[in-house]
Amino acid sequence: MNQTTSSPLQRGFWEATGGRRGIGAWIFSTDHKRIGLLYFYSTLLFFCVGALLGLALRLELFSPGADFFTPQQYNALFTLHGVVMIFLFIIPGIPAAFGNLVMPIQIGAEDVAFPRLNLLSWWLYAIGAILALTSLFTAGGAPDTGWTFYVPFSVRTTTNVSLATVAVFIIGFSGILTGLNFLVTIHRMRAPGMTWWRIPLFTWSLYATAWVQVLATPVLGITVLLIFAERIVGSGLFDPTRGGDPIMYQHLFWIYSHPAVYIMILPGMGVITDIIPVFARKPVFGYKAIAISSLAIAGAGSVVWAHHMTTSGMSDTAVLVFSLLTFLVAIPSAVKVFNWVATLYKGSISLDPPLLFALSFIFLFSIGGLTGLVLGAAATDVHVHDTYFVVGHFHFVMFGGTGFAYIAAMHYWLPKIYGRMYNRKAAVWGWALMTFGFIVLYMSMMIVGMEGMPRRYYDYLPKFTFWNQLSTIGSWILACGLIVIFVNIFRGLFRGKPAGDNPWGGASLEWQTSSPPPLENFDYEPEVTHGPYDFKRGCP
Amino acid sequence: MSETTHAEHPKDYSGAKLGMWLFLFTEVLLFGGLFILYAVYLQRYPEGFKLGGDQLNVWFGGGNTLVLLTSSLSVAMAITALQRGRVRQAANLVGVTVIMALWFLVNKFFEWSAKIHHGIYPSSGHLKEMPGGEQVFFNIYYLTTGLHGIHVLVGMFVMTWVLILIRKGKVNPDDYVTLENAGLYWHLVDLIWIFIFPLYYLIL
Ligand code: HEM
Ligand SMILES: [Cu+2]
Repeated sequence: MNQTTSSPLQRGFWEATGGRRGIGAWIFSTDHKRIGLLYFYSTLLFFCVGALLGLALRLELFSPGADFFTPQQYNALFTLHGVVMIFLFIIPGIPAAFGNLVMPIQIGAEDVAFPRLNLLSWWLYAIGAILALTSLFTAGGAPDTGWTFYVPFSVRTTTNVSLATVAVFIIGFSGILTGLNFLVTIHRMRAPGMTWWRIPLFTWSLYATAWVQVLATPVLGITVLLIFAERIVGSGLFDPTRGGDPIMYQHLFWIYSHPAVYIMILPGMGVITDIIPVFARKPVFGYKAIAISSLAIAGAGSVVWAHHMTTSGMSDTAVLVFSLLTFLVAIPSAVKVFNWVATLYKGSISLDPPLLFALSFIFLFSIGGLTGLVLGAAATDVHVHDTYFVVGHFHFVMFGGTGFAYIAAMHYWLPKIYGRMYNRKAAVWGWALMTFGFIVLYMSMMIVGMEGMPRRYYDYLPKFTFWNQLSTIGSWILACGLIVIFVNIFRGLFRGKPAGDNPWGGASLEWQTSSPPPLENFDYEPEVTHGPYDFKRGCP
Repeated sequence: MSETTHAEHPKDYSGAKLGMWLFLFTEVLLFGGLFILYAVYLQRYPEGFKLGGDQLNVWFGGGNTLVLLTSSLSVAMAITALQRGRVRQAANLVGVTVIMALWFLVNKFFEWSAKIHHGIYPSSGHLKEMPGGEQVFFNIYYLTTGLHGIHVLVGMFVMTWVLILIRKGKVNPDDYVTLENAGLYWHLVDLIWIFIFPLYYLIL
């Protein structure tokens, strides 16, 4: 990660190694920017791993029948793809990587509230990741349950689910500690003048996310512990022959995992909210509405979990109540979308790469959100449950939403951290390929799902061949886009022209300090006198 | 709002406490999952839960309740003592807490051993022959008290660590937030037991 080319640039925190050398300057550093970069590179690594697994899945599905993998291998592949993408990429992705990198700077703090705890979080994440990878090759081999670990199969399968659950537990604990750290940081470390209503909306979204992380993740902890106990000591709490009830597992799992989708999406929304006003040169429309809608999503999102269980045999009353509650979450989400569009309206827009990714986000996330309503309505959900429609839907939200936001954040903030700029034209090409490939890849999945193709099978009926082949071709286009994007951005960050302190003309605090920022973020004591989107007073 | 300066990093007590309270929330929710299961299964098998509860030894449970309550008192007194500058006394009181925690675990050990001796433990053949309600009762009983036991064990280590810090003077009358936070954790462990005791031992 250290760069070698000699440069006239100030190297800021890159030079402050704390007396440690080589890798030690990273994995033992308590500087939030170094920890942020650790998280960034680890999550990026797992994104690439997960993407390769996804491409492998698509390759197998290019034609009917078993072509490249055995059915068992396919089961392991999609489980691994899901686990890696969810627990190792998308949940820590934006909050732990970009949150660590910019949140303390945005509020004018010199670090997070508990820097050593912050480092511990990364270590726990790394240990969890190593355990998850170990589970692939030990005692029974790669888990084949899907990332949801549903009983009774997860208790009976001979693959190494036990170790995988321990890994998930540890990674969850790491997320809790990050959330806790951020909450205390945002409450206690704001610079003078940084009132609650002057906090940049990215930080607001992290604040809402951190609450969900702290309050929901323990339930995941106990759920995977129960699976572990079920397998190791035979506690039988979900085993009907012993008085247990498997549906209770599903409840516990989704009590965490639905709020978890807000852990995934809220920080992405925060990134977009920070980007749009800067490139429209206009204050964000409805600052308070956006901040409050984050909290509303976090709150309402905690009581809708059972919409994943419409066909589980739960009571009809419960199905209807959860369906209604699910529709309510659409309101604060739509508030955000309308606010973004209203911010763009009549702005003087400069179509730079971060904004392009943000626009894709709005488009793809809206499709994901609207198809979510199809799933939220009980009657239609019974029809499309567990089909490729669902797979298409959640990729639109998670990948089209958060995944694109992650890449938007790379293009927006990494020049600040590295002090160098990438080639903007190449970034636009990468963006176009990626967006186009994405739509081909997942739109086809939704269509074939509507036609009745179930998810999690290595094989399909010949009549589904056309859409599957189109989808696989889309996955190749998307992969080309990703390659262009990554090659371009890293070449730029290591060799590009100096970016300057404020390449985009942002008004929030991270653009007022130097690029890269110094060790404790500011050479002076920051004093905040205006809002984060006040471009008239904010930019010199 | 705290104003940190670049030159010095004063310790932020309110921040440290806020962090601890958030952590306690997560603990409550961790046990919350088990309490939800308890509630659902109790509603489904009131008979089985009653029969199961009758087989638990109230004396063990009640005794341990007293032990934990006393230990909560001793931590609270330790904090007051340290605040008033009585370092020696504070250290002794934390020591008492550690001993109480150990006592609790020893009690628990005998209680579990007796049950296991009678063939009642999660995967035993004897338990599997019992009706569903009782099986579920004992399985949750073992998981909940087991998880709680682990917390007592962790608390014991934390208290020992704080004891060492007091001896070394790192936790002292001017800087005692570590002891306060350890105390908060200990009260929570106690509080969870206060719920476990009636739910499992005194069930009607
Ligand atoms: C290169 C990009 C990707 C491709 C080609 C891809 C492809 C796929 C396919 C084909 C499936 C369905 C497997 C089946 O049901 O048989 C799947 C499942 C899944 N994907 Fe992706 N995906 C990609 C990226 C992502 C990203 C970025 C995320 C999350 C942020 C993600 C999360 C998931 C999850 C959670 C599942 C469900 C796994 C399960 O059923 O347990 N994927 N993916
Ligand atoms: Cu959901």
